[in-house]
Amino acid sequence: MCERVSRLLVAALAMSTLLLSGCAIQPWVKPYERERLADPIMRFSRDTLPDKHREHVRDVREAARGATGVQGSGCGCN
Amino acid sequence: MAATSLFKRALQWLVGLVGGLLATGAAKAIDLPEDRAEAMVHLYDGGGVKASGPALLVRKSLVDRVSVSASYYLDMVSNASIDVVTTASPYKENRSEYGLGLDYAYRDSLITLSTAFSREPDYTADSVSLDMSQEVFGGMSTIALGFTRGADKVGKHGTPGYFDSVKHWQYRLGLTQVLTPRWIASANFEALSDDGYLGSPYRVARVFGAAVPERNPRTRSARAIKFRVNGDIGNRSAVHAEYRYFWDTWAIKAHTTEFGYSRYFGDPWIGDVFLRIYQQKHALFYSDNAETETLYVSRNRQLSTFNNVSLGAKLSYRVAQVPGKYEVKANGAYEMVNFRHSDFTDIRTGAPYRYTAHVVQLYMSATF
Repeated sequence: MCERVSRLLVAALAMSTLLLSGCAIQPWVKPYERERLADPIMRFSRDTLPDKHREHVRDVREAARGATGVQGSGCGCN
Repeated sequence: MAATSLFKRALQWLVGLVGGLLATGAAKAIDLPEDRAEAMVHLYDGGGVKASGPALLVRKSLVDRVSVSASYYLDMVSNASIDVVTTASPYKENRSEYGLGLDYAYRDSLITLSTAFSREPDYTADSVSLDMSQEVFGGMSTIALGFTRGADKVGKHGTPGYFDSVKHWQYRLGLTQVLTPRWIASANFEALSDDGYLGSPYRVARVFGAAVPERNPRTRSARAIKFRVNGDIGNRSAVHAEYRYFWDTWAIKAHTTEFGYSRYFGDPWIGDVFLRIYQQKHALFYSDNAETETLYVSRNRQLSTFNNVSLGAKLSYRVAQVPGKYEVKANGAYEMVNFRHSDFTDIRTGAPYRYTAHVVQLYMSATF
């Protein structure tokens, strides 16, 4: 039992170290360098209605659906 | 002494990390979606089915942090598909869909509550969605979480009321990552569950050559994962590539791959082209003509083994613009889709079923 708790603690410590190491990386693309990413031709979705229509056309004819990112996903380039 | 020095250095490192984290967390607030209006006429024509109609969308921010949206979509369907002409009579019907949305921006988070209502003579579908996206890492990453709960009612022409229902659950997770000043990528995952009547009261299966009502399982769980990358390649042009893998408890596996290219022509014109390839493997209980009696049996061609290849193009023209005030665009899009079924026979000819579909969208879009 004790051994299992120690293993869990070691694993938690290792995970925390990894996560904190990740935070040490600074954003390498500054906001003023994101002009090209904000251009309309770089957007994942430019217009709402045509994307929803195209998704509907596919949903009713193909078995696969989901994970399209049409709803909810952001761009990160504001 | 050495141990104390090491401890001090570790402590300094840790303080630096926490400082960095706090500094990153204090990035500027997320923007609300821009105010916009879209008016579209759409058409789908393929495999004996024609669906067309108008669609409208308006989005407006009310106060600094809140944006509301409303949409309307009409499908006027004329159906003479292969299922209909071989087992029933062609028919016409309308489907209307209404959508409402509310976005709330708080610091680096955007919370979206939306709902949709779809009505047609023998089917209703209502859904509520809650989505949240959060910018982190100095705005270089956006994490998105979402949930949709849907409830459908299933009816049949000639039978008053509804005879069954379906419940849907969808859970979404997404990450968008700025890679370089020119490249951006995203990964999306979605888990979907359906529970209820998952077939059609009109469709028939074939068992030993005889037509019998189809029998589908009442539950289905699916997963989908998609990766996408967009890149600016200079000369005011961009490329994108995406891949999605889908699998479910009915043993369907599907691969979707898409490549696209976009560019400006002068200042007011934007042109896009794309190629999309979709392949799927049939459901475990799908059969063109079953040779054994099984609990479940379906001849729904949506569950068969098939592939389709799409080639599409879109052209946008900026009609008017006052920088910082409004912009109006006229847009046209066309897509040609070739469907090739491997194990769904056209019983009129005895050959595997194949057809070509055309999708047309003409619309005006305005931001203000």
